Amino acid sequence: MDAGIVSYGAYIPRYRIKPEEIGKVWGEDGAARGKGLGILAKSIPSPDEDVITISVEAARNALKRSGIDPQEIGAIYTGSESHPYAVKPTSTVVAEAIMAAPDMTAADYEFACKAGTAALQNVLGLVESGMIKYGVAIGADTSQGAPGDPLEYSASAGGAAYLVGKERVIAKINGMYSYTTDTPDFWRREGQPYPSHGGRFTGEPAYFRHVLTAAKKMMEKMGTKPEDYDYVVLHQPNGKFPRRAAKKLGFAPEQLEIGLLTPRIGNTYSGAVPLGLSAVLDISKPGDRILAVSFGSGAGSDAFDITVTDEMEKFERKRAPLVSEMVENEVFIDYAAYVKYRKKIRRKGE
Amino acid sequence: MRDVAVIGIGITKFGELWERSFRDIGIEAGIKAIGDSGISGADIDALYIGNMSAGAFVNQEHVASLIADYVGLAQTSHVPATRIEAAGASGAVAFREAFLSIASGMHDIVVVGGAEKMTDIGDELANSVQAMAIDQEWETVFGATYASLHAMMARAHMERYGTTREQLAMVSVINHRHGALNPDAQFRREINIDTVLRSGMVADPLRVFDMCPLSDGAATVVLASADIAEKFTDKPVKIKGIGQASDTISLHDRRDITTMDATVYAAKRAYDMAGIKPEDVDFAEVYDSSTISEIMAIEDLGFFDKGKGGKAAEDEKIALGGEIPVNTSGGLKSRGHPVGATGVAQIVEIVKQLRGEADKRQVEGAKIGLAHAIGGTGGTAVVSILEAMR
Amino acid sequence: MNMPRFWREISGRYNLIGSRCGNCGEYFFPKRDICPKCHRKSMGKMESVKFSGTGKVISYSIVHDPHPAYSDMRPYVMAIIELDEGPKLTSQIVDCEPEDVHTGMRVKATFRKLAEDGKEGVIFYGYKFKPE
Repeated sequence: MDAGIVSYGAYIPRYRIKPEEIGKVWGEDGAARGKGLGILAKSIPSPDEDVITISVEAARNALKRSGIDPQEIGAIYTGSESHPYAVKPTSTVVAEAIMAAPDMTAADYEFACKAGTAALQNVLGLVESGMIKYGVAIGADTSQGAPGDPLEYSASAGGAAYLVGKERVIAKINGMYSYTTDTPDFWRREGQPYPSHGGRFTGEPAYFRHVLTAAKKMMEKMGTKPEDYDYVVLHQPNGKFPRRAAKKLGFAPEQLEIGLLTPRIGNTYSGAVPLGLSAVLDISKPGDRILAVSFGSGAGSDAFDITVTDEMEKFERKRAPLVSEMVENEVFIDYAAYVKYRKKIRRKGE
Repeated sequence: MRDVAVIGIGITKFGELWERSFRDIGIEAGIKAIGDSGISGADIDALYIGNMSAGAFVNQEHVASLIADYVGLAQTSHVPATRIEAAGASGAVAFREAFLSIASGMHDIVVVGGAEKMTDIGDELANSVQAMAIDQEWETVFGATYASLHAMMARAHMERYGTTREQLAMVSVINHRHGALNPDAQFRREINIDTVLRSGMVADPLRVFDMCPLSDGAATVVLASADIAEKFTDKPVKIKGIGQASDTISLHDRRDITTMDATVYAAKRAYDMAGIKPEDVDFAEVYDSSTISEIMAIEDLGFFDKGKGGKAAEDEKIALGGEIPVNTSGGLKSRGHPVGATGVAQIVEIVKQLRGEADKRQVEGAKIGLAHAIGGTGGTAVVSILEAMR
Repeated sequence: MNMPRFWREISGRYNLIGSRCGNCGEYFFPKRDICPKCHRKSMGKMESVKFSGTGKVISYSIVHDPHPAYSDMRPYVMAIIELDEGPKLTSQIVDCEPEDVHTGMRVKATFRKLAEDGKEGVIFYGYKFKPE
């Protein structure tokens, strides 16, 4: 495939809350909960941040690194399960805010935690077919767990944007594979503020079955083995699942660690694999091979086999903040501030 | 151009006037002024009303017609009635327009009213209506409040000139001291520096007691050509000079946020017309929508050097008995600030002083008084200089 | 706020699009149709320009008593910022503690939610600034 990643940009809000702080409120051993989930803290958007602002910042970071004329962008797709509007796209705001509008198309995607990679597949398709010169795919979320739900320990905020084109590709897409079934492991009904989930059913029949199958079939298709990859990025609803999946697939912990951000920032849902891949691209060298596998409840996995090209040598990563810098930029808040920031309490007039 | 004199004044109590409507207060001040002047309704050639936002405060626009009607002039003389809006300078601009209409020879006797009824809609809404005087698209939308813009001026003034938090507080202390002597004032209680410094933070570094209140109130003055003034009153007060100026609506576009150029230019025009210098002014009513705005005003009007306003407040040079008593009425802070009425209320105070009718707050030997009003954060300024004709 | 009133100013609020006088070269934000210095000479010569979004704090205040639509961020920092190209604007400063803000501080533009028109209304986005 000629279409590949031309640039990328990430965004993670600076606020964090620790599992201990959440557990304290609900009478649970938060530290133990955090340990069980492999999560030290999760990111929280400021009251003036949402999926639109995160998407805009990520897309702007991608453009800062590329230097292309935004008017050459033919499509913007944003994947999220927490778009600020139920009706009215996130992607049109992004389009105006990066000055790509109006000669282009835009739409929003939703597929639980894999809406970002779904957007990426579609942009790759449009570029590969020659329908557009450049496209932007974004995965971002400001996901919410109901107060008191175990999800509250992990559901966090962040996102990353990918500029896709055929010229000056820094990361080549060797192949893609998707595995999709009807598996109701996690959902949110229209009009409901918080998602529901199947508890332990989210594990084996959902996450593991889809991620492992997609990864194996991708490697089968490419004729590769785990040791052929420098890095693997797996969907990371917590710190445990991706480690177990990587082990089952035969990857070493070192291959996974760089792209595993959940322990520090929580589960960024649609932003998870896009952010993990950004963290890998932040440090990768020409020739590095990456396997990235997302997972979205409901359920499906998208796998990407990627090779970093020689263009990476000239690519100006430093023009935008690195993922590691944003992970380190953390301000811890308490549960009271958290519920206000996430609008879990209704104030006067609401 | 003909000389113009003030021949009558009227003012309501300022404050939270729960039982009184917009039209009630407008009429009360009007009737008092007409009574004070000795004219009859038929003598009135025109009516000017200063009002900022009756539409937003009481859902009533077209207030000049309303006032003309209820003072009983609409159906008899069908007097031309005009409403003027320039935010906090509405009353002052109305006063200047009335002056011009007589000076030009067009009219002989004109009534100028200013009125605002702010308390019907609640504090939050009233504050946002008042903030409509700042740039809605490029200040308010981004979260700026009226107080926060004053706070930025205060901080810049403090950082550049060393003006202290206590000096700012002293402005409020002095105005409350004066207001305690004014039976029409909203707040008639003395305060001290601690009262200001311990009051709630509004927009750092400014606190509740740095800011003027929301008020109801009205004031009216009657103007006449100077040559006929003495037919109606034995204490006419001449409008010796009057100047108006504009500046950018947004504070951020100003040349310097520690000076209001609109005040500087309006003052220059007024002084030139009056043929006097700042040191010739015996007392003044200036626009203290915040404590910093009074400090900037007394500098920009030339009473004190730039940067010395804070010290002047600290040394009580602007208090009754001081070098130049400022805001003997209590100012916006203590007398109250019904936005559209303020510019006219200032003239009422100047006239009272020049007539020697200011009772316990009388400035001894007051001969020349100056009134200064601002619209928004300084997008409009009006300076009027008055002198007793005898 | 009325949605059309906000919508028509999107270019300035999202992307810091202002004007440059083709006669004297001075920059303006927001956009202006006439140069306050060149008057007639600038007519038809005002060019659209995108500002870099970097600048410094001229003065600031920490707002404790905001309009209700802005109270989620309370207390927040309002500042007058001088852009590197010259024009000044009023904006919030975010992503830092209010006590760390100071006159002369370097800042850069970021994209944030300004306010919401209630629970059901549109969301207004635009620039805020953060430490550079």
